[in-house]
Amino acid sequence: MAEKPRLKLPKEAKKGEVIEIKTLLPHIMESGQRKDKDGKPIPRKIINKFACEFNGKPVFAANLDPAIAANPYMQFHAKVEESGTFKFSWTDDDGTVTTAEETITVT
Amino acid sequence: MLLGAGGAAMTLVGRSDQASAAAKEAADQIAKFTGGKTAEQGKVSIELPEIAENGNTVPLSVSVDAPMTADNFVSDILVVADGNPNPGVATFQFSPLAGKAEASTRIRLATTQNIIVVAKTSKGEFFTGQKLVKVTIGGCGG
Repeated sequence: MAEKPRLKLPKEAKKGEVIEIKTLLPHIMESGQRKDKDGKPIPRKIINKFACEFNGKPVFAANLDPAIAANPYMQFHAKVEESGTFKFSWTDDDGTVTTAEETITVT
Repeated sequence: MLLGAGGAAMTLVGRSDQASAAAKEAADQIAKFTGGKTAEQGKVSIELPEIAENGNTVPLSVSVDAPMTADNFVSDILVVADGNPNPGVATFQFSPLAGKAEASTRIRLATTQNIIVVAKTSKGEFFTGQKLVKVTIGGCGG
């Protein structure tokens, strides 16, 4: 998966502020329920785990089932007390991990 | 018996065997999540369209009324759909750093069904809520 994740979060925040984070990874999220034109089941291939940490500490994570729509979208919050780096990761059924980072300045 | 699971069981009347199997599996997943404890109704809000025209992508937002302090926060939220081929939708995990026990995503729904949400707090309490969503066109392919 060479697809680039999309992130939306503020670049700056006040100490103690709860910010909103939106993420999206382009991915088919093949459910394993569909059949191809010959009637054979199409094997499951989904992002099964998403995680977000801030300065090495876990903030939010999700275990995902095939019921998550294609291009998995996650919206959640983080309370920031210091400047630092958010790290995001998406784990594919095939073991591939897509990562992204974003920094925030907290004053 | 869980309140959420009980509610799910009531909706089974008049449904096919496949649907009842999904609802039973949903109840089993909830029981596994709570370790057999009873989840209390309340504190959980679920935002979903009343009618989802396209089951392939249905916006879902869940939130739990919780202080999210270091010693009192929502640690996990389980989401199940009792009419999908596999009832599991997602489990969200929070630390106090999340600030709010709230998450939004987009889900697939095969048919009209209940979305059941169970939240676990750091104190080992469980809260639950559910919402019926009507689906016009199912989203699990065929």
